[in-house]
Amino acid sequence: MVKPLWIARDPSACSGCRRCELACSMHHEGWMWPEASRIRVFMPFPGLEVPHLCSQCQDYPCVEACPVEALSTDPDYGAVIVDREKCTSCGACIRACPGTVPYLHPGDDKATICDLCGGEPECVEVCTEAGYNALTIVNEGPSVHRKLYSRNPVDTARDLAVNMFGEKGEEVIE
Amino acid sequence: MTPGGYAGKWLDVDLSKDKIREVEYGDKVLEQYLGGRGLAAKVLWDKVGDKYPELDPLDPKSPLMVYTGPMTGIYPGSRICVSGKSPVSMGTVGSTAATEFANEIKEAGYDGVTFTGKADRPVYLLVTDDGAELMDAGHLWGLDGEKTLIKLNKEVTAELTKRKPNVGLWKDPGMVYIGPAGENMVRNAAVMAKICHACGYGGYGALMGSKNLKAVVAKGRGPLPKVDAPEAAKLLWRRTHQILIGRTAMRRQGTGYAGYSVGAVTSSEPIRNWQEEWHDEKSYGGPMFEHRYWVKKKWADFNCTTNCMKISCIKTGKWKGDITDMPDYELQAYCGTNFGIYDPEANIHLSALADQLGHSGINGPNTAGFAVELHQRDILKDSDFGFKPKWGDPDTFDRIMRMMANREKIGDVLAEGTYRAALKIAEMKGLKPDELLKYAVHVKGIEIGAHGTRSDADYTHDISYAANVQGGDHTSTSVDGYNDMSGAVFTDSAVFCNFTYYGVPQSLVFDFAKAITGFDINLHKWRSETGPRIVTLQRALLMLGGPDLKWTPVKDDDNPPRFYEPLPSGPYKGKTTDRKLVDEKLKAYNETLGWDERGIPTKETLKKLDLGFLEKSVSKLR
Repeated sequence: MVKPLWIARDPSACSGCRRCELACSMHHEGWMWPEASRIRVFMPFPGLEVPHLCSQCQDYPCVEACPVEALSTDPDYGAVIVDREKCTSCGACIRACPGTVPYLHPGDDKATICDLCGGEPECVEVCTEAGYNALTIVNEGPSVHRKLYSRNPVDTARDLAVNMFGEKGEEVIE
Repeated sequence: MTPGGYAGKWLDVDLSKDKIREVEYGDKVLEQYLGGRGLAAKVLWDKVGDKYPELDPLDPKSPLMVYTGPMTGIYPGSRICVSGKSPVSMGTVGSTAATEFANEIKEAGYDGVTFTGKADRPVYLLVTDDGAELMDAGHLWGLDGEKTLIKLNKEVTAELTKRKPNVGLWKDPGMVYIGPAGENMVRNAAVMAKICHACGYGGYGALMGSKNLKAVVAKGRGPLPKVDAPEAAKLLWRRTHQILIGRTAMRRQGTGYAGYSVGAVTSSEPIRNWQEEWHDEKSYGGPMFEHRYWVKKKWADFNCTTNCMKISCIKTGKWKGDITDMPDYELQAYCGTNFGIYDPEANIHLSALADQLGHSGINGPNTAGFAVELHQRDILKDSDFGFKPKWGDPDTFDRIMRMMANREKIGDVLAEGTYRAALKIAEMKGLKPDELLKYAVHVKGIEIGAHGTRSDADYTHDISYAANVQGGDHTSTSVDGYNDMSGAVFTDSAVFCNFTYYGVPQSLVFDFAKAITGFDINLHKWRSETGPRIVTLQRALLMLGGPDLKWTPVKDDDNPPRFYEPLPSGPYKGKTTDRKLVDEKLKAYNETLGWDERGIPTKETLKKLDLGFLEKSVSKLR
């Protein structure tokens, strides 16, 4: 049996270098394509950089919502796998996700979700290499907390803002 | 076929006619000028030509370039380059800042934008995958940098979501913008990005203001442009980052520890308008900034692992809520020691204020310090300011920077930049210009970066500024007319950061450039041909100057008078910049570049560098 695996994420440690986007897209698309990266770094205000990626909710609302069964889970790590042939670009998975994490690929318009690179996520490798540790691999099984990470990045940034800037943090995102 | 690294299209926006079209530049021009600083100078000449000396930079006809380069976004440390005829030097500056605008515009399919004309109301340009459009900016005009950024980010994201709601969340757009200083055409105002990043030198904030252009915003969903040798580029990308990650001190401290050490060790930090360059104020040490104010210690821009930026925030007291970066060394100096201030909190406040007003944090504060020295010398009076200005007093400089941005009282004169303000005040007070110019620390209208030359212990020396085609710009200093070309001239034209360049073997950088573009590019060719072409073109434009001022060769190819006054204090007490060495090196510099003894490019040099189009104008300078 393979060890469980999850990408732990700490947006307060994110430098905003976006190498995760570059490494992910080089792996999946063959070239640097930030908007086709399965992890995307949002920045509603400078300094508030929020890596946004699938958190593998225990109940997989996206998989449940897909009307054509294009989404399934990887038996080893629980990553959401998209069958791009079956996907009709309807957007049901995007609407079902509590954090609106999936998006339609800018090239082929298909639902795009982190597949954990088959167990060796490229994004984590470059983040670790640079010593940021905003993304780290943890060998932990499913947990009720995971779904709580699936949030709109602007909401996450609002919280980070107060943590980082104090009272001023209330004003930096309209 | 478009060479690698380029999206292949530039936008030409006529703000007077509300017309936007796409243009392309041929392979030859791109190989000869690359992008950013180099290409902007060439496009400027192509648009203006022999009428250059008659062109007022703030006239609607004056073009403004916002360009990337072929390495932007792909090589670590992406930046945007702003250029055009500088309203301070009357030459050109390749003025760069780090911002995701740079990769976003390439991802939208464009390498840059050239603006001409003047909009009849405040506007911003929105660039997306579907093209570009002018948007109303009436509600943004008059807002400071922070509010501009917050509102634009929200409204552009909402607009893009409205247009394509089904694709999922829209990631934030990138943008450059101006604050009140740019709007009011403060001559040395900056083009701003990300609250505290600035295209500072050159005064291009004033150019944007003169065109009623508040911001340029980009959001692209495409890939970065294809490159000539993708597999090599990917390997070089990994290798370059490994090297940058190894630069531990730079990554930990940025330049935010230098406010102490450049004064204490190299004795080259401006103090009270360069009256001194040495201090040993331990209150101004790096840890005193870091421990109390740094709320984010590893802050990077797109594709950067140097993360030299650190975010400062004041959380208590009367300046509560002020946010800026470190401040970096330049602003620790210019918004600190240059004002006689050694208090990190006051320095952070004044740096944040400069950011919010859209002043260049080097140039505007240089002028403010100059003004207070004129008061010290009894040339300016309390009545000129409306209060009694004092060295070391944060409120003094808070007020002067606001007066400059809003062009109030003496601020209206100071808003012309240090050099022009000196001439105007001399006229106002019935004094000879030289009586004031001896306190004006600039070269060719561009106030000098915070690295003095008198101690000779810093990286800046004798002709660093004197020979520089970008005047006082400390990022682009001159050494010997050959080695210069592989530094800032290259990074400003390929458009990426100096701080992801220094420390990486130059052969690797040029291999990377070749893998991206496919051009026949290497270090030697860059230093002996392409770099000199760009610098020779910039030199010609600088010396053509006009319309209100024209630099005199040799006489103006010099350091400010203050740099020949003996240092009054510190370990290098008594030292001055060596005038004999300046003269000797300037001669050698001109010779190396194929310019005559007055620094005017010869006919043969113009021909050799394929700059024959300059001959008619340049012949009048000989």
